[in-house]
Amino acid sequence: MHPLRKQRLQLVILLVAAAALVVGLVVYMLRENGNFFYTPAQIVSGEAPKSTFLRAGGMVVDGSVVRSDDSLWVQFKITDGVEMLTIEHTGILPDLFAEGEAAIASGKVDENVVLQATQILAKHDEKYTPPEVADAMNEAYKQKEAAKSGSYK
Amino acid sequence: MIAEYGHVALIIALCLSVAQAIVPMAGSFAGYRTWMRLGHSLALGQLVFVAISFACLTAAFLQDDFSLQYVANNSNTLLPTQFKISAVWGAHEGSLLLWALILAVWSAAVALFSGHLPLVLSSRVLSILGAISVGFGLFILLTSNPFARILPFSPTEGGDLNPLLQDFGLIVHPPMLYMGYVGFSVAFAFAVAALIGGQFDSAWARWARPWINSAWVFLTIGITLGSWWAYYELGWGGWWFWDPVENASLMPWLVGTALVHSISVTEKRGAFRSWTLLLAILAFSLSLLGTFLVRSGVLTSVHAFANDPERGIFILAFLGLVVGSSLLLFALRGPVVQRQQGDAEVVSYSGLSREMMLMLNNVLLVSAMAMILIGTLYPLIADVLELGKISVGPPYFNFFFVPMTLGLMVAMGFAVFSRWKKTDAQMLRQKGMVPFLISLGAALILPLFLAETISWESMSWEGVSWKAYSITAAITLGASFWVVTMSIEDLWQKLDRGSSKRGSSKGDSSKRESRLKNLTKLPGSYWGMQVAHIGIAVCALGVGLSSVYDVQKDVRMVPGDRVEVAGYEFTFDSLDFVQGPNFGASRGQISAYKNDRLVAVLYPEKRKYEARNQVMTEAALDAGLTRDLYVSLGEPLKGDAWAIRLHVKPFVRCIWLGGLMIGLGGLLSVMDKRYRRRRQSGAKLSAQSAASEAVTQ
Repeated sequence: MHPLRKQRLQLVILLVAAAALVVGLVVYMLRENGNFFYTPAQIVSGEAPKSTFLRAGGMVVDGSVVRSDDSLWVQFKITDGVEMLTIEHTGILPDLFAEGEAAIASGKVDENVVLQATQILAKHDEKYTPPEVADAMNEAYKQKEAAKSGSYK
Repeated sequence: MIAEYGHVALIIALCLSVAQAIVPMAGSFAGYRTWMRLGHSLALGQLVFVAISFACLTAAFLQDDFSLQYVANNSNTLLPTQFKISAVWGAHEGSLLLWALILAVWSAAVALFSGHLPLVLSSRVLSILGAISVGFGLFILLTSNPFARILPFSPTEGGDLNPLLQDFGLIVHPPMLYMGYVGFSVAFAFAVAALIGGQFDSAWARWARPWINSAWVFLTIGITLGSWWAYYELGWGGWWFWDPVENASLMPWLVGTALVHSISVTEKRGAFRSWTLLLAILAFSLSLLGTFLVRSGVLTSVHAFANDPERGIFILAFLGLVVGSSLLLFALRGPVVQRQQGDAEVVSYSGLSREMMLMLNNVLLVSAMAMILIGTLYPLIADVLELGKISVGPPYFNFFFVPMTLGLMVAMGFAVFSRWKKTDAQMLRQKGMVPFLISLGAALILPLFLAETISWESMSWEGVSWKAYSITAAITLGASFWVVTMSIEDLWQKLDRGSSKRGSSKGDSSKRESRLKNLTKLPGSYWGMQVAHIGIAVCALGVGLSSVYDVQKDVRMVPGDRVEVAGYEFTFDSLDFVQGPNFGASRGQISAYKNDRLVAVLYPEKRKYEARNQVMTEAALDAGLTRDLYVSLGEPLKGDAWAIRLHVKPFVRCIWLGGLMIGLGGLLSVMDKRYRRRRQSGAKLSAQSAASEAVTQ
């Protein structure tokens, strides 16, 4: 082979190998660090995996927030209108966290189907609802309606 | 009535921009000089009308005209005046109007300062800027009109500005960021004009370079301010969250940085031509993508607003049109530009040359951008493909971005030293030895020292300092010292250039004199490079050290309590209630002591904004170059107790100090005499040619 061509071929092979490596790494890292979003119904029904990092969102149930007297431990429930999911967290809650408002928790679901959250996100603007939560609520509402109309038949 | 004037002014501006898009372009093809010149006046006219429109909206805010939907949603009679003004761009509609205004400012600047450019080029650049204005004008008028009225039942009181935005940060951060984003439209327009004309050479690069550099400076400062604002205003001490919208601003910055470097090769050596054009197109496309991500509300983000999907579709269509047509043009005309290169001498360079180093810089920067793009868009793609709702967390971004940045810094040290065409490897090895040894020493020894001074008792390791030795800190310190020492070594060599030839016989004083002389002779762009590169090192130092040595404690405290964090004793002295102009606040007094000596008294607040009934944490901080003390009130617990977050953040200031240095570096290189001199001589030339034209006529 012509030495120049050989050199080019080597370069191309090197580039392809590097690109393959990078693509592989990207896919791997996306899989490792992509956190799936689940609705409370999906988690309670056992559809969501246990002890993997995930996010759950819904409306904070009125009167469900329980605080500890001597630490920053807090427990509350969120709902998508179908099921309620208990969430436990130790730390400071965001400013706009409130009962009856949307919240997203990220963490792992333990044996008792309680989400042990490492981070709680609330909306940052009173008019804003995270799209995931809005979708989940709509979906749950639709299912309920469908179930209702089904029962008439 | 004022709002209607504003609305009409905006419509007139749109009409002018339609003319600006069509007339000069048509003129440039038909060869009508008057048509081409019209672009300049149209750009100025457009600026006047957009400015009137913007002033009208500002007036509506100052007059509390709540019959305007936008004002009613984002202002309040109790809102302090400076925030009434910044509230103009505090939400969707107004921020787009600010975008339009800034675009008009850039276009007018091009119209005013392009006297030395060939008329065909400047008219085409203005025409393309006009076309972009048409897109944004239509977008504002059709989907997000800030002048829409609520009639006949307009509210008597407004809903108030989002409390998070009632801050100095909102006054400066968005305008700076937009100056950067929109500034890349000038680079884009230059690139498209070059592709249309099929002419692209060193002269073109010299004309476009100050524009590209200044847009990049604004973007750099905008991002730095945004990060600083998030740090003190969001209340939890984070300064970068890998939030989709932050990523959206970082991506054009990375490509812009690549462009700033690549165009220097095009200017000095005539190489990397089509690559430079592609980067210019990419930088602006990514700015538009950023707008789409922020404005469409498709992603969950701190910056997202409640939005209707119509807007998202409009921007997506506009984005598709801009990216699609410019890439098509690039595909068709790129080869023409490349072929032109054949006319000139063949540009050659060896494996160890400045060209090669800058290519490495570009490859790393663009790859970093690609990783961020994938991570940012993956959730969107997964959602469309129904793979589930996913969010990509910071570990993904850190995994790719951190090593790439370190690679860039290592290369940066060599690159400063490298020469065009070919660098003497022997020289590089010789001169690089001292900086290498200093950096290695800093990496090995300094982390021990840092671990000692920043007390680790709170980590319950019983004072074993080798355990606290951080490899991350070592790597950060090594890389930062490498960049700085190599820069200094290069500067030193440049200063010694004249004196070493004359020999040492002349004595120290003349040597010093010649060094001083060399010092004043160095061009602005050289200083710019040095300051910006050292800024990168300072910023990296801040990022690395603050994330390694950061200590944070969430504690429950009642007044009188004392808590120790990283060598500082925090006492919760008291809690008061204070009344602000449009909020009431619980204000804590927390004193910080070090070795029983009072260091700072901090007043963190928990505010309740009355109009929105929204609670907001106002953190208190004691800033210092080597450490920040950062205290925020969480929430009231039972009795007098409060949840309180205490932070000690070593070197966190360096992040923004570095950012500002990078911006300053860019500014120095924009102000390089080289461009001004050319501009003057260019103006003279064009004046001469105009005169000769007049004579021939």
